[in-house]
Amino acid sequence: MDVSTINLPLAVLLPFVGAAVVAWAAHFHRVAAAWLAGITTLLALGVLYPALIAVFAGETLIQSWVWMPAIGLDFAFRLDGLGALFALMILVIGLLVILYARYYLSAKDSMGRFFAYMLTFMGSMLGVVLSENLLQLMVFWELTSLSSFMLISYWQHREDARQGARMALAITGGGGLALLAGILLLGQMVGSYNLSDVLLAGEQIRAHALYLPTLVLIAIGVFTKSAQFPFHFWLPNAMSAPTPVSAYLHSATMVKAGIFLLARFFPVLAGTPEWSWLIGTVGMITLLVGAFVALFQHDLKGLLAYSTISHLGLITLLFGLGTELAAVAALFHIINHATFKASLFMVAGIIDHETGTRDMRRINGLLKYMPHTAVLAMIAAAAMAGVPLLNGFLSKEMFFDQAVVASGESLWGQAIPVMATLAGVFSVAYSLRFIHDVFFNGEPVNLPKMPHEPPPFMRIPVDVLVVLCIAVGMLPMFTVAPLLAVAVQGTLQGVPPEYSLAIWHGFNEPLLMSFIALVGGIAVYAVRKPLFAWYESRVRGQQLRHLYDWKIDKLLQVARGVTRGFDRGSLQDMLFWVLGFTLLMGTAGFLSSAAPLLGERVLLPLDAVSLAVGATLILASLLSVVLHRERLIALVVLGAVGLVVSLAFVKFSAPDLALTQLSVEIVTIVLLMLALYFLPQYTPRTSAVWRKWRDGILAGLLGLGAAVLALAVMTRETATLADYFVTQSVPGGGGANVVNVILVDFRGFDTMGEIAVLALAGLGIFALLQQIKLYAPAEDSSGRAWALEANPFILQTFSRVLFPLMLMVAVFVFLRGHNLPGGGFIAGLIAALAIVLQNLANGIGWTAQRIRSDMHSWLAAGLLVAAGTGMVAMALGYPFLTSAHTHVHWPVVGDFELASAMFFDMGVFLVVVGATVMILVELGKLNRLDAPTPVLQGEV
Amino acid sequence: MELLIALSIGVLVACGVYLVLRASTFPVVMGLTLLSYATNLFLFAMGRLAIGVPAIVRPDAAGYADPLPQALVLTAIVIAFGMTAFAIVLALKARGETGSDHVDGRTPHPNPSPSRGEGLRGSLAPPRPLRERGLGGEGESP
Repeated sequence: MDVSTINLPLAVLLPFVGAAVVAWAAHFHRVAAAWLAGITTLLALGVLYPALIAVFAGETLIQSWVWMPAIGLDFAFRLDGLGALFALMILVIGLLVILYARYYLSAKDSMGRFFAYMLTFMGSMLGVVLSENLLQLMVFWELTSLSSFMLISYWQHREDARQGARMALAITGGGGLALLAGILLLGQMVGSYNLSDVLLAGEQIRAHALYLPTLVLIAIGVFTKSAQFPFHFWLPNAMSAPTPVSAYLHSATMVKAGIFLLARFFPVLAGTPEWSWLIGTVGMITLLVGAFVALFQHDLKGLLAYSTISHLGLITLLFGLGTELAAVAALFHIINHATFKASLFMVAGIIDHETGTRDMRRINGLLKYMPHTAVLAMIAAAAMAGVPLLNGFLSKEMFFDQAVVASGESLWGQAIPVMATLAGVFSVAYSLRFIHDVFFNGEPVNLPKMPHEPPPFMRIPVDVLVVLCIAVGMLPMFTVAPLLAVAVQGTLQGVPPEYSLAIWHGFNEPLLMSFIALVGGIAVYAVRKPLFAWYESRVRGQQLRHLYDWKIDKLLQVARGVTRGFDRGSLQDMLFWVLGFTLLMGTAGFLSSAAPLLGERVLLPLDAVSLAVGATLILASLLSVVLHRERLIALVVLGAVGLVVSLAFVKFSAPDLALTQLSVEIVTIVLLMLALYFLPQYTPRTSAVWRKWRDGILAGLLGLGAAVLALAVMTRETATLADYFVTQSVPGGGGANVVNVILVDFRGFDTMGEIAVLALAGLGIFALLQQIKLYAPAEDSSGRAWALEANPFILQTFSRVLFPLMLMVAVFVFLRGHNLPGGGFIAGLIAALAIVLQNLANGIGWTAQRIRSDMHSWLAAGLLVAAGTGMVAMALGYPFLTSAHTHVHWPVVGDFELASAMFFDMGVFLVVVGATVMILVELGKLNRLDAPTPVLQGEV
Repeated sequence: MELLIALSIGVLVACGVYLVLRASTFPVVMGLTLLSYATNLFLFAMGRLAIGVPAIVRPDAAGYADPLPQALVLTAIVIAFGMTAFAIVLALKARGETGSDHVDGRTPHPNPSPSRGEGLRGSLAPPRPLRERGLGGEGESP
């Protein structure tokens, strides 16, 4: 297969495969994990390379496979300019972060886990930016939330890491729900979830009545992911992650996923007043709040976190302005922010690594300890501040320019450039603080470690990024221009506007604003001491995080209250609610139906025998309830009920059912008898009178409902599938017993599931009975010791004679099952009864010497035979469990139909025998639990 | 005849529900058994009742009973047995572990009111251990 037709999904799936390999490889060598992670990333880049070339030549690649057409889900990938920009950022910065993390992680940290999470996250991000189908995009979107949760909580032993990760997951996950709703609406409007269709339907969507709710829902998804006000507070709390994670997630990837969606939907959703108001306003608030708060952070990473929030706000604001040039500026700033912020996070990590703290009140004067790192940090911070000749300056100029363009007549419009400049002031101030406080400002205060330069390979990623900052800042046309051009084209899905990447645009308003920002920033930083004091005393406590904590607390309290209101740890109460609700729903159903209660069907005549039998059933049922304290007697009565039920099956032309019911009845009663031995023989009177009345009334009403419902159905005529099965049974299934043919042929797959359930029940019981702490009572409830001569002689003798006869009956019933009442289920029960009878009459020990009671192999064999029958059909090119049949003449037995379904029935037989015998014999074995011991406490 | 069957189903359901709501495990299992009888009869009756019609395909037959509900009920009977068995063994295990045959593994507590506001953050209150109620303590096993 030509790789170039599948390279997009390949690139996305590679990191996921790599994650598994890395996790496995780390068991052998920890550094191998890092190498493999790097190689995986390089491979993904390599796989993507030909596609990138095509995109730079102006193509849009789509690779799509039909997946679930009924819901509009395709397995579809798309690479255009926007996707290419993000994919490059994800992979290149990812590669640098992997190199950095290799030296950052200490010997105590598990490299395998880190890099496996990292690659999972990388794959999820690639999936988001390369998805053509929006539903598929949504899946990857959620995967980024989950994998970032793992990354943020990487140091699981730390409380703050767990809290931060949980907060990030709660907020981004909640936003994901909103986004999903938005995307579903979008898909409904367009009639397709594929981006190619959605991107062309911009006008239709903007004119649609559901435009506003869609916009709001998608915006919530974007705002939560990209840490926009008022959801921004998760980002600073996620700083408890290892610094490589912060460098990756909060510069180029996770938080940019929201921005990516803004860019992706820009041609579809932008251009309306609603868009500008919602996106623009939130972006502006975030820009200001982030820049302001960043200045007051004492934690290095805290400062960078708020600065990230502020820059994300800036990008959001630019998209919110809605013009094409603003979108160009936004894309440019995405690139620039990724480079300088990633390098700054890495510097913060280096400082943390080499000094042991991130508190800027203690880290001072590092210039002379780590001059190289200091120079890198200063350049990157200057880029963040928007100092000329660096990349941040260029995009900030574009931003100021767009702010001026956007300022219209209104007061709000006039305010945009003013607020933009104000944000610039704070941005310069906190950048200055990052430089001055850390690298100058006297001597370090009481550092845990003596600072020095980091290992060279830890610094190389920063070197690369800072060189990029300078290169883009000085020679934009020769560096970033082609990438920006395709990104703009991919975003706008049309002809890009004219824009200039020149460094010098002459003396104009943006330059003036830059100048004001620089001077103002320096001034603000100069008066920082009183500002800090004011902030500490007035603002600090008012964080949204506390509101969030309070809300979560309240939510948990309410949830706990509700849970406790319904679930008091009592099965009785829970059942009461469930049954009561069932009654309520049933009643509502009855009341809302206008149809007459009874139908027109001609009823069957009632004869005296039936009446007598029916009355027996009813009386026996009632008696089993009345006598339920006398457990043994109630059990006997219960057996009578079961027998009458099987009589009913005989009466109404269902011999198979009657046979099954009869044999199951015997097995059930034996089982309950065995169990009763370990339980109290009498039920104490504990229920209060009100409870009995309550339960009685509920039971009566439910019984009435069931009776009325049954009557309503039985008195109506209906079209059934019966004709099909009856006419097809002989020609299609080769059997005259339609019930059996349905079981082993028409609905063989159902039966397959049912015997699997039965086998599981048997195994589950076997597991439950291992090491059970039960002690057989030495005497019965009235104080008499149990009789020791367990096995009556006559029963012993007869049971031994009966054994081969019973097995023969089982074989007979099995063989005739396809054409006459019988079959695997019934034959299995009869054979099981034969074995159980031996155990009852002769004792477990005696029987175990003669019949192997280990039934696991029976269960396995039965399931294998049943599944194997189906497989054979598949091997012959038919669907699973297709049957074939032929005539066979067998002397004595006569002419009969041999169907492949018989092998399937054999599997059923084996499982039924295996499960039944396993259950009863395992339970019976408990009886042999050695010496009789005193009755347990709580015995009545 | 239909009325009689409907009545039987109703009585089986009522008796089953009442027993399922009891506090000890054994009546609950008995209730489940009754409920499964009721369910099987109900499912069976959905194919309408027919007396004296052949169950086997024959050339001379005038009509047949609906075989599909029968096939469903046949497996349902066997599965119900598996479920009853599992429930009763679970009851035995619970008795072994807690020393009580109460469905909640305890004798009824006089005051089961929940304690509120324990100030737990981010996690639900842990279930109260059985030991508090003085039952099934580890040192008490004979």
